[in-house]
Amino acid sequence: MAFKRSDGRKLTELRPMIAKVGVVPNADGSALFAFGSTVAIAAVYGPRKLHPQHMQNPATGILRCNYDLLSFSVYDRKRPGPSRRSQEISKVTEWALSPALYLESFPSSVVDVQIYILQADAGTRTAGINAASMALAHAGIPMRDLICSVAVGKNDKEVIIDLTKEEEDYKEGEGSTDFAVAKLANSDEFSLLQLDGKIQPEVVSKAISMAKDACIQIYEIQKKALKDCVEGVQNE
Amino acid sequence: MNNEINETQDYAEVDSKDVPRKIIIPGEVIVTGEDYLPGEGTRREGNSIVAIRFGLAEEMGRVVRVIPIFGAFIPRRNNVIIGRVIDITYAGWLVDIDSASNAFLSIEESPRFINRDEMDQFLAIGEVIAAKIWGIKGKGIDLTLKAKGLGKLEEGFTFRIIPSRVPRVIGREGSMVSLIKEKTGCNIIVGQNGWIWIHGPSLDAQIKARRAIEFVADKVFVSGLTEKVEKWFEEGQK
Repeated sequence: MAFKRSDGRKLTELRPMIAKVGVVPNADGSALFAFGSTVAIAAVYGPRKLHPQHMQNPATGILRCNYDLLSFSVYDRKRPGPSRRSQEISKVTEWALSPALYLESFPSSVVDVQIYILQADAGTRTAGINAASMALAHAGIPMRDLICSVAVGKNDKEVIIDLTKEEEDYKEGEGSTDFAVAKLANSDEFSLLQLDGKIQPEVVSKAISMAKDACIQIYEIQKKALKDCVEGVQNE
Repeated sequence: MNNEINETQDYAEVDSKDVPRKIIIPGEVIVTGEDYLPGEGTRREGNSIVAIRFGLAEEMGRVVRVIPIFGAFIPRRNNVIIGRVIDITYAGWLVDIDSASNAFLSIEESPRFINRDEMDQFLAIGEVIAAKIWGIKGKGIDLTLKAKGLGKLEEGFTFRIIPSRVPRVIGREGSMVSLIKEKTGCNIIVGQNGWIWIHGPSLDAQIKARRAIEFVADKVFVSGLTEKVEKWFEEGQK
């Protein structure tokens, strides 16, 4: 096969992943998730009282996400504070996570999720979603399932998984496509499909099935991290 | 202050032995079969019982449930809690109890008659109280001080543990907390919201009691914890 990925991975090979639970001691739940050199931490606070009051929903609790790149996470210093991009990703993260949560038992309250990217090398929103879903479980929030998330994409005609920044900037042939996917771990329900770039309709199903296989691997890592954190407490 | 307040907990005993437990994450299948019934923290999906919370799965007869090991405090009626007064209103005190909504202590629920002009002399902003939840309606939580052992906490200090570990700290019918009281000579009140108040004869005794409680709260999985704590006291609290 002529096509070679810049870091020598196979087409369906994920970057080495790291998952850790309980990284922020002051939060109710927290987790770290890394795809290669993309590192995200998530902290969950609550359920707690929701301010401003007009956002309160007496029927159910709500989820509020905040995603941000730390200023040192990219090559050119990122100006701190919310941007158009980070607001959008906060919103899609919220939508990706909320189908898995049962917040009806916490009326008028909020579950706050803070996601910070320590190091960015493409796939930050997917790493953030993975970290956030672990952190929510760690915070003891009732959940239907964990959420696994991964980016699939295309370089020229090849469908590849878990793109790096270099692959995202690929210019030759058909160029690069980035397709972020999030799904419930134990069912075929997708909560995020975000396509950036061009892709043929017949290739989409192939890309999605590739993402599904990758989610199985991600789920195993998330599961292991959550179970190990309890073991760790016990051994102290 | 008295021990009685801890003994009315209808909470599941986390210290019981023989029942096998395993760590379960949300969405994981605990058992499969029509014979089982979903208990707290679980749901039925087709033929199997699936967890909806992160914790320890436990089968008690046919009922399967998940005991949470992390998570914020969820108030229930008759919980004894420790809170801090954050505001004085016309009809009572607003109390922060570390949960999603603030609690309200009505002036009628104070143990003796208090003149509305002198409310801050009985409880000022920032003071810490042990109170009982007597009602939860809508988004409000109502507190009372009309029970044995409740009231303003003067002297001593408070600290916080993970609220889901509170049943373990109390132990079966208060066995764990009475053991720590006995060994250190301290007075301890364990609030269901994870706040713990300690007051003892000396600073050393208080620190010892706090470390003992943190030791207990750290252990998620251990059975026969009371014996372990006794041993811990004998071995000089390592």
